[in-house]
Amino acid sequence: MRSTGLAPPLYNPISTVHTVHIKYAQQVPVDAELLLSASDSKPMYQQIVDQITAKVLAGDWKAGQALPSIRELASASRVSVITVKRAYAELGLAGIIVTRHGMGSFVAESPDLAAGLLRAEFHQHFDAMLACAARLGISRDAIRQLLDDEPSDPETISSGGSTP
Amino acid sequence: MTAAFAVTGLTKRYENFALQDISLSMPEGQVMGLVGVNGAGKTTLLRLLSGLSRADAGTIEVLGHAMPAQQVAVKQELGFASEDMRLYKTQTLRWHMDFIRSIYPGWDEAYAAELLRRFDLCAEQALAGFSHGQRVKALLLLNFARRPRLLLLDEPTTGLDPVARDEVLQALADILRDDARSVLFSSHNTQDIEQLADTISFVHGGRLLESRDKESFLDDWRRVVCQGSWPANESRWPEIAATRQNGSLLELKVRRFSDALLSRLKGQGLEIRSTEAMSLEDIFVTTVRAGGAA
Repeated sequence: MRSTGLAPPLYNPISTVHTVHIKYAQQVPVDAELLLSASDSKPMYQQIVDQITAKVLAGDWKAGQALPSIRELASASRVSVITVKRAYAELGLAGIIVTRHGMGSFVAESPDLAAGLLRAEFHQHFDAMLACAARLGISRDAIRQLLDDEPSDPETISSGGSTP
Repeated sequence: MTAAFAVTGLTKRYENFALQDISLSMPEGQVMGLVGVNGAGKTTLLRLLSGLSRADAGTIEVLGHAMPAQQVAVKQELGFASEDMRLYKTQTLRWHMDFIRSIYPGWDEAYAAELLRRFDLCAEQALAGFSHGQRVKALLLLNFARRPRLLLLDEPTTGLDPVARDEVLQALADILRDDARSVLFSSHNTQDIEQLADTISFVHGGRLLESRDKESFLDDWRRVVCQGSWPANESRWPEIAATRQNGSLLELKVRRFSDALLSRLKGQGLEIRSTEAMSLEDIFVTTVRAGGAA
């Protein structure tokens, strides 16, 4: 400092600058960083939708909890703002999050959100299975037969792995 | 909302190249990626915006100021990093940092110190001893630490090793948090643009082919793999940018994808095996090969 008097300088550029520095570089909520990968074949917005859905299903993010702001999540996860906007819009349409104007986004407070998500996932797998069966020419009766032959205890299924 | 920049009818002629009739703008708080082959006009556009060269025709407005008339005001808040910028070889990086700091009041010394550490640079070393990658990082540091409202970056990650590139992308991602700061950058590494840009602007042969938000741009394109043979009457399929056939396998690169197109393909007796999103790199190469019609 060039000042030689006893009075402290009214404006200390270093301290002002330091506050800004903290704001930009350090106060990143751990939660805002999603684990995205450019080598994943799924588009970035879909990866965001899937990971937030998984976080809600697992209870990492609870009903009513505030989500990170769009910019915060974009910056921490190193994706563009517009990609996060799209992901939040899709999550809103799916009823997983709710966006309140001027307040941000929150995990939806639907009582059976987790069950609903699992059901949706089940239907997706079920439809894919039916489509695959159709291509192989497997009839509905044959599918029923496969189901009947399947042991009912899930434990038995997982331990009965195939050995060549 | 102020535009970070807006140009209309921008034209610049050189002996063997002309940037022609570019009209383009970017709202504040956005990141725009410039895509184009070498010599497409990306650097010319960036130089015009930064005030380093004069347009032959058209208007340029940067951060609400008319260029070049108000370029002194603009340059206070504008950062421009380009590989061909020279630093003083005999001076240290510290000397350069103090020099920039003495000119720009927005210089953030604490942020500069953090970037020094993250970019793994030595401030006391003379620039003559810097490698190419270190020079690029030094130039970016000198711009980033000023916290300019608009950053123009010409190929910021070209020639960097993967670790340095990652640090530069991280520094760019930090800027996203502030909705008053904007970035316009060009890159040959389309993955960087795909990751961080809100808008993609496609320049080819001195003209602007397209400028659109990245999500809808990427969403329009699909790679469709089918079984069957291609009807070959290409004029009837303007949505399709490229085709490859190998035996019964057919690959289509689609520039305007829709469910209606899939139905039409099925109507031709093709069996759709897969439909997937395309990377910006693949879209870029396909567009240029198809003669530059996005």
